[in-house]
Amino acid sequence: MPVYRDDVIAWIKSVAQMIAENSSYLTDLDSAIGDADHGANMERGFKAVINKLPEVSDKDIGTIFKTVGMTLLSTVGGAGGPLYGTWFLQAGMKTAGKMELTLTDWTEALEASLNGVVMRGKAELGDKTMVDALTPAVNALKQAIQENQPIHVALTLSANSAQKGMEATTPLIARKGRASYLGERSAGHQDPGATSTYLILKVAAETWQKSI
Amino acid sequence: MKKLINKPENVVREALEAIAIAHADLVKVSYDPNYIMRADGPIMGKVGVISGGGSGHEPMHGGFVGMGMLDAACPGAVFTSPTPDQMLEATKAVNGGAGVLHIVKNYTGDIMNFEMAAELARAEGIEVEAVVTDDDVAVKDSLYTAGRRGVGVTVLAEKLCGAAAEQKRSLKEVADMCRKAKNFGRSMGMALTSCTVPHAGKPTFDLPEDEMEIGIGIHGEPGRTRMALKSADEITEMLMEPILSDIPYKTGDEVLMFVNGLGGTPLIELYIIYRKAQEIAAKHGIKVVRSLVGPYMTSLEMAGTSITLLKMDDDMLKLWDAPVKTPALRWGA
Repeated sequence: MPVYRDDVIAWIKSVAQMIAENSSYLTDLDSAIGDADHGANMERGFKAVINKLPEVSDKDIGTIFKTVGMTLLSTVGGAGGPLYGTWFLQAGMKTAGKMELTLTDWTEALEASLNGVVMRGKAELGDKTMVDALTPAVNALKQAIQENQPIHVALTLSANSAQKGMEATTPLIARKGRASYLGERSAGHQDPGATSTYLILKVAAETWQKSI
Repeated sequence: MKKLINKPENVVREALEAIAIAHADLVKVSYDPNYIMRADGPIMGKVGVISGGGSGHEPMHGGFVGMGMLDAACPGAVFTSPTPDQMLEATKAVNGGAGVLHIVKNYTGDIMNFEMAAELARAEGIEVEAVVTDDDVAVKDSLYTAGRRGVGVTVLAEKLCGAAAEQKRSLKEVADMCRKAKNFGRSMGMALTSCTVPHAGKPTFDLPEDEMEIGIGIHGEPGRTRMALKSADEITEMLMEPILSDIPYKTGDEVLMFVNGLGGTPLIELYIIYRKAQEIAAKHGIKVVRSLVGPYMTSLEMAGTSITLLKMDDDMLKLWDAPVKTPALRWGA
């Protein structure tokens, strides 16, 4: 079974809730190696997304993603705004006109998101950023397609890979963003961006598990 | 947290509303998206000069909007970069047909948001150049970091570029002036206390009563070292040494010396820093030909200072002395 438009909307709503619940957690992670605003910024952004969502809930998935992207871009600020804005704008371009997503559609959308984030942030794998969670999540989806896994299994594998990628940021020395000013002192802390990326993908697996 | 605020989420909005009224002769304020622009803008045939960044550094940047300096400033949330829609709208609003210069401080968020705004503005047919300031010698500049932070030189570049634009120089020439300031200027700062971001409600970092942080960033980013508090003269030496040894300032150079307050340090202490800093410069045969002393790039209520040296040539001196009329900087007009 594919992921339908209403499932996509349910996912975005759950993400907003998850971000709000974890706002302090994300900000605490950011205080350790950044500037202590990631949780507050993401919460403000997804709150704005929730307000905007009713205007596009009868449109195609591409339009919904693009609206999420534009809203995050204009409300989050910091580095998170352009990065998560780009994530959803790129996914929106890949899913233009679609009313449902197959596993392949979702994989292509998320891969476009990853490429967009890498281009915007100029980060490479191992720089201690959200790319470290997003890359293994996309790779897991691709592998699942090759192995002919059903979509619910693929989503879980993807979220689990994101989690491993997120956890693996802890010993790394940051090479991008404000954390890089700390040099070796950034080691020993989990990256807040990788953490929010994992949360978003975990919520996708959980929300869509129920419906498909 | 003891602050003269109503609600943390209203801090930026209420300040903007006040600026619009208090300085109505100089600036006008647009909301959603937020930006401050010259009251008499756009000026046809003149390059527009725009900057922006997180709030909490006042008077930078909004206080520098006006004749001879910025055409617009885009304030983000406190210590958070503004968003692309702000810079896009400000760029369109100040565009007088001669293009627009974005002066961007080197922080990851600022870079990305300004880049996206520049792409969007170019897509609408406006010529945009961006120059990134990165003068903080406290940060090691390498491929493995986000690079040096943009600090004090930004204020000086805004003045020089604003004056250059006022003379109707081309976008390339105004951008070149910014690049010159970036290449000829270096800064370093230190903190005696932390600051408290209103929505965070608690100090950004703990700094014991008898310690200081050398090489602090303007958002409370950690510096090079934390150590026991020393005298003003000793602190000044610790800030001047890395600056002077960074770009090869040489005997006979003429510089502008900018001693900045971070928000919680009184002017009288800044002068004590200035006194020693110019003495050290003189010892190196460097002549201080212009000075700026005061809290122009603050970090909320942080106590501390930063020193910026900018090597000047005749053209820069003329631009520095040119009339400026903004809420925070005003002479000759």
